[in-house]
Amino acid sequence: MMSFGIQSASYIAASVLFILALGGLSNQESAKRAVWYGIVGMAIAVVATIFAPGVGLSVWLIIALALGAVAGGVLALRVEMTGMPQLVALLHSFVGMAAVLIGINSDLHPAMLEGAEKIIHEAEIFLGVFIGAVTFTGSVIAYGKLAGRLDGKALILPGRHLLNIAMAVLSLVLMIGYMQGWGSWTLYLTTIIAFALGAHLVLAIGGADMPVVVSMLNSYSGWAAAATGFLLGNDLLIVTGALVGSSGAILSYIMCKAMNRHFLSVILGGFGGAKGPQMEVEGEQIAIDAEGVAAALNESESIIIIPGYGMAVAQAQQSVSELTRKLRAKGKNVRFAIHPVAGRLPGHMNVLLAEAKVPYDIVLEMDEINDDFPETDVAIVIGSNDIVNPAAQEDPNSPIAGMPVLECWKAKQVFVSKRGQGTGYSGIENPLFYKPNTRMFYGDAKKSLDALLPMID
Amino acid sequence: MKIGAPKELFMGEDRVAMTPDSALQLIKLGHTCLIEEDAGEDAGFSDDLYRAAGVTVVEKAADLWEQADVIVKVRPPEPSEVALLTKDKTLISFFYPAQNKDLLESAKDMGASVIAMDMVPRISRAQKMDALSSMANIAGYRAVIEAANNFGRFLTGQVTAAGKVPPAKVLVVGAGVAGLAATGTAVSLGAIVHAFDVRPEVAEQIESMGANFVFLDFAEAQSDGAATGGYAAPSSPEFREAQLQKFRELAPEMDIVITTALIPGRDAPKLWLDDMVYAMKPGSVVVDLAAERGGNCDLTVPDQKIITKNGVTIVGYTDFPSRMAAQASTLYSNNIRHMISDLTPGKDGTLNQNMEDDVIRGATVTHAGEITFPPPPPKIAAIAAQKPKAKEKELTPEEKRAAEKAAFAAQTRSQVILLAVGGVLMALIGQYAPPEFMKHFIVFALACFVGFQVIWGVSHALHTPLMAITNAISGIIIIGALLQLATGSVLVTILAAVAVLIATINIVGGFMVTRRMLQMFQRS
Repeated sequence: MMSFGIQSASYIAASVLFILALGGLSNQESAKRAVWYGIVGMAIAVVATIFAPGVGLSVWLIIALALGAVAGGVLALRVEMTGMPQLVALLHSFVGMAAVLIGINSDLHPAMLEGAEKIIHEAEIFLGVFIGAVTFTGSVIAYGKLAGRLDGKALILPGRHLLNIAMAVLSLVLMIGYMQGWGSWTLYLTTIIAFALGAHLVLAIGGADMPVVVSMLNSYSGWAAAATGFLLGNDLLIVTGALVGSSGAILSYIMCKAMNRHFLSVILGGFGGAKGPQMEVEGEQIAIDAEGVAAALNESESIIIIPGYGMAVAQAQQSVSELTRKLRAKGKNVRFAIHPVAGRLPGHMNVLLAEAKVPYDIVLEMDEINDDFPETDVAIVIGSNDIVNPAAQEDPNSPIAGMPVLECWKAKQVFVSKRGQGTGYSGIENPLFYKPNTRMFYGDAKKSLDALLPMID
Repeated sequence: MKIGAPKELFMGEDRVAMTPDSALQLIKLGHTCLIEEDAGEDAGFSDDLYRAAGVTVVEKAADLWEQADVIVKVRPPEPSEVALLTKDKTLISFFYPAQNKDLLESAKDMGASVIAMDMVPRISRAQKMDALSSMANIAGYRAVIEAANNFGRFLTGQVTAAGKVPPAKVLVVGAGVAGLAATGTAVSLGAIVHAFDVRPEVAEQIESMGANFVFLDFAEAQSDGAATGGYAAPSSPEFREAQLQKFRELAPEMDIVITTALIPGRDAPKLWLDDMVYAMKPGSVVVDLAAERGGNCDLTVPDQKIITKNGVTIVGYTDFPSRMAAQASTLYSNNIRHMISDLTPGKDGTLNQNMEDDVIRGATVTHAGEITFPPPPPKIAAIAAQKPKAKEKELTPEEKRAAEKAAFAAQTRSQVILLAVGGVLMALIGQYAPPEFMKHFIVFALACFVGFQVIWGVSHALHTPLMAITNAISGIIIIGALLQLATGSVLVTILAAVAVLIATINIVGGFMVTRRMLQMFQRS
């Protein structure tokens, strides 16, 4: 058994280690060390709690820990890097569910409190359960959409804003009732309402906004942990929850900024309608075959590759990596331009490219590389659409007007690898495809690149 | 369909409308190709090269005209050639239907379809078949080479051991396709290039090529090319006067002048008057690309090179593209090839003259025994109308400093307001909440603050690992479940055990997947 003093000291150590773990992610090398800080911090926290007065090892505990560890390990080893968004969403849902369970437990086993302390305690329970429940169903729906088990399109119910408000107001009323001593049923009813609310919120958000949703759920899972910390009076939970919550909030902010959307408009779902007639796109999409692309690549000096979700869908990252390796072996300057919202998860493209062994120092952010396009011979767009759409700058009526985009059309030549002539997910016409220096390289990204590879000499 | 290219009859015409390369592409479209013996000889394509590309070489022109279903040519047909056309044949060549009314009539009488390459509308979709532009590009390039050939000095400036050589000064009048090509060529040869055009919107293009745009101090609202399909429109007498005044000013300084000003359907405007020629230095060169339409220069003699009495060479050749027959044939045959490819949408070797198509409709001047010239205006404007540009005001240093100061003040103000509101809120909570809660609240607020500070430093490339690791550490919620495990009640214990289980999945899964991801990031 440990004394409370030692337990508190362990919690302080764990908090510091968690902060170091997050701070270490500022670059790729220190990140490898940082993850160990996190693991050690977690181990200290769990051990200190188990051996604290009044807890102790039990059969239940050992079974739960063992099962959880095996399940987590299997998940982590099996997941494909293209499946990361789903996994992250799934893990969020677990935190949400745990928060709900702990909150309900607290209600079942009430603490002996009086007056203001009691009211605050009950509010904490209520908040913990509410946030946890929204996180849980929201994450499950997000998981379904990302894994392709649910339709990725936004589900727009009539009067959906009213519906959301009604659910929120009802929950608030129930919370007041709960604190007035109406009984535990208010809490259970709220749990169900929050489940519905979480599901409805995420169902209304379309696939292209998924990066924001996932980071928002990340944030929620943190706040759920923090709320649980308040209700248990546990500072470590509060600190960790706040760290995770703010991390998710910042990620959401960065994503929204990168799409030039307001956080609220993304959260409330539905894609903002156009403010006027969109600019007519004239001209035609000119196709090119692998030979033509290969010839241009063989002649070029500098190349920028812009990957998008389409690359992940086609599992083309290995071919992209092979192409990069071949071109670099010939002394060409090959770099990657990553838009903050490329893919379905913040930083998704970076992970995919890293998995395919593309060195990370040639994978650059939008702000680092956007000015280099005019000096670039060839830009290759693989499976991205909106993030390279010049309408964002040229057409004030476009739904994405003002969104920062990769200005690949300034390169001397642009090749777009794309499955067909459609407008893609968002349904916005992309004038890039009609520019005179753009050639369309139709076909499945992986097959196209594999056809291209032998021609690079 | 059989596509045949006869030898050009026009004296001194070296170009040919089909090259071995373009023939290969045509064969891919399902056509067969014929060529008259020696048709490509002057452009550097021997009959053997054609044979190697799978083209049938036909000895006599008359046989070729008879066998081929589609005749491709460069120059407008001679009357003798038009006589060989029949009802089911299609002729694709330059035709200039506005100038060649008689030819048009007789082609109609023969019942043949004629597609005039010079009538291809100027829309972006049709750029690949815009033969006028390809030829103008060559003319612009060649004009500079021709000028350099007749100019006794370097174009580029040099500092040599023997002394300094100043760079030549080149003025390009008219920045259409030819003018821009000339500008680019002259710049790359090292000359100092000035370019002028009545359409102010081309200034940007000129400057992007490293030349100076000659600005006129003239307040007239200038036409913006968009209304006239990208071509220049005639200007008012006052404007013309201002323009000539500017040229007079420039004339003594310029070593080479290349004029390319043309207005569709009119004689070339006289822009380089005799007094300007006489103001130029001996040894200077004027190349007049408008010579065929009367010339921009007063003294131009079409098809000839003359030297004025003050020693200025004036080149009035009208066959610049033909002087680079190999290059011109390659580009022209590609234009033709693109046209035919649009005419055979099925790639099955059958022609489909779709008169609904803007491009094909625009270029067709006779079809099915009728004259279809002039075409109705295309459905799409050639060039998007110029948008009025809001001019950004240059800020003086004082204004800039004031703006910065104001921005700083605004930032301070918003921060102070935020702090004040936050402070009041805290005070309110502190008023009612128990001290125990406030202790936790301090921790919470500070942790949020630390979180914000730390996360801003995270590299964008590591956002996915960041999410995975925050997933793992949010599994810290396991502590809450652990604390509840030992409370006694069975239901609570079961629920807590479930919470422990799923939180463990999070912790183990989150950390392992983070580690897996981070291991993948390798430096090159």
